[in-house]
Amino acid sequence: MEKSLNWREFVITRAIKASGYSAVVFVLLIFFFLLREGLPALSEVDASSLLDIRWYPIEAYFGIMPLITGSLIITLGAALIAVPFGIGTAVYISEIAPRWMREILKPLVELLGGLPSVVLGFLGILVVSPYLRVLLDLPTGLTAFTGSLLLGGIAVPTVVSVAEDALDSVPRAYREGAWALGATKWQTIWRVTLPAAKSGVLTAVMLGVGRAIGETMTVMMVTGNAPVMATKLGSLFSPVRTMTATIAAEMGEVANGSTHYHVLFFIGMVLFLISLIVNIIASSVVFRSKKRAERILS
Amino acid sequence: MVDKIVIENLSLQYSDGTESLRGISMGIPQNAVTVLFGPAGGGKSTLLRCLNRLNDLTEIKASSGRILIDDTNILDPKIDVIALRRKVGMVFARPVPLPLSIRENVIYGLELAGEKRKSKLDEAVERSLKLSAIWEEVKDRLDEPAIALSGGQQQRVCLARVIALQPEIILLDEPTSGLDPISTGKVEAALLELKKEYTIILVPHSVQQAARTADHAAFFLQGELIEYGEGKTMFTAPKQKKTEDYIMGRFG
Repeated sequence: MEKSLNWREFVITRAIKASGYSAVVFVLLIFFFLLREGLPALSEVDASSLLDIRWYPIEAYFGIMPLITGSLIITLGAALIAVPFGIGTAVYISEIAPRWMREILKPLVELLGGLPSVVLGFLGILVVSPYLRVLLDLPTGLTAFTGSLLLGGIAVPTVVSVAEDALDSVPRAYREGAWALGATKWQTIWRVTLPAAKSGVLTAVMLGVGRAIGETMTVMMVTGNAPVMATKLGSLFSPVRTMTATIAAEMGEVANGSTHYHVLFFIGMVLFLISLIVNIIASSVVFRSKKRAERILS
Repeated sequence: MVDKIVIENLSLQYSDGTESLRGISMGIPQNAVTVLFGPAGGGKSTLLRCLNRLNDLTEIKASSGRILIDDTNILDPKIDVIALRRKVGMVFARPVPLPLSIRENVIYGLELAGEKRKSKLDEAVERSLKLSAIWEEVKDRLDEPAIALSGGQQQRVCLARVIALQPEIILLDEPTSGLDPISTGKVEAALLELKKEYTIILVPHSVQQAARTADHAAFFLQGELIEYGEGKTMFTAPKQKKTEDYIMGRFG
């Protein structure tokens, strides 16, 4: 009896340990695969032509700048939409809405977060882009702006849900302290609750941005996919192509092991690097303010 | 003596059915320390939170009765709650210094109220820190973070933050529950000084503190006001059996 219990304990502990390590191992394997397939691109195409402004793989132009700027402009637009709306909604749900409203809104927002992006893309093609084309008098409704709008919509639930949790965990004593000093509801939110939840709100923003930059299906469907440099404000209203959409669209028809194939993986590396930077910034901000919060509470 | 606050037949019940008040009527005199004491869950904090309408933000099932401050019913939904809270300041059990300097903490409420003149603010800092009996300890380091102070000092800074708004009434909800005896003594000494100018209502954290500070004392048990009278009489010769039992430490 005693012995079999020990043995079971041993197996269960090891199994949990193994699954814990495997998560790390898988990520490392993916990373090495990405490097193995992507790094040859640097020897096959020289760096200057990779930084070129023309992406036309059939003629061996592998400039990835249009794709990077395309991704960045769409992400920036999406962030400009998702951050104010997301934080605003989170503040409303956590601080202003009556309880019954909160109990409807919170699950609803989380449900929206689970909406398949292809559905949103479909909505974008059928509704948003024709509408924008007419409204803004554009030659086509498939623009960076359309992508930003929909990506913003995709990022909002992430921002709301994380920011709302952060606001919710601000101790009630902080709010009561402010109210008792004669602060209005708005002053309390703006000068006490939001600053106290700052690290969580920043995490929410970063996760939202991360969600937007990695999104593929929607942008592939609604941004027009023209690999044009997006450097002016006006580029927001013309078609662009993102890194994710390029990989998704071209990977299926590329010859295995060709230069084009390696460059596509190289784009994947760049994307990986960008999300890594976003995540590092996010966690360092959180880490810093967490240490400060711990100091305050100790 | 004039009654600053008159409570008339106040009843209140929280939605979750926990604490409640039943038919409380009492007058609270000006420029004195009135102590609300009794075992936990008796309704002391609830009553305190009615006086600055902090209970507005809690789910309340039912309430009735009136609270008159200077003859105005503050439970009237039409009154300006923000102005009321500036007139009725509150100090909580756990000091909540904001992550700002000592000076900024003290003038926080004033800034919220829109005061910008530096001379006014500086004057308020000195005056309220002096009244809270902490000026001597912090006058040379007003720009250091308030978090760096000891618990007792933090609580007196929080008291100063309330005083800076020049309220008429100060509510204190177990302000010394987390403090050592020396800090507690300093806070109590500050209260004696403060009652010359303000009306003070204190929920003490022990019967001993109640006896030390009370000009008037009210004994609450399970939402009811059992006995109310002069502090001296209450703690030497209580009229009610329940009050006596509690003071003698037989329950609670």
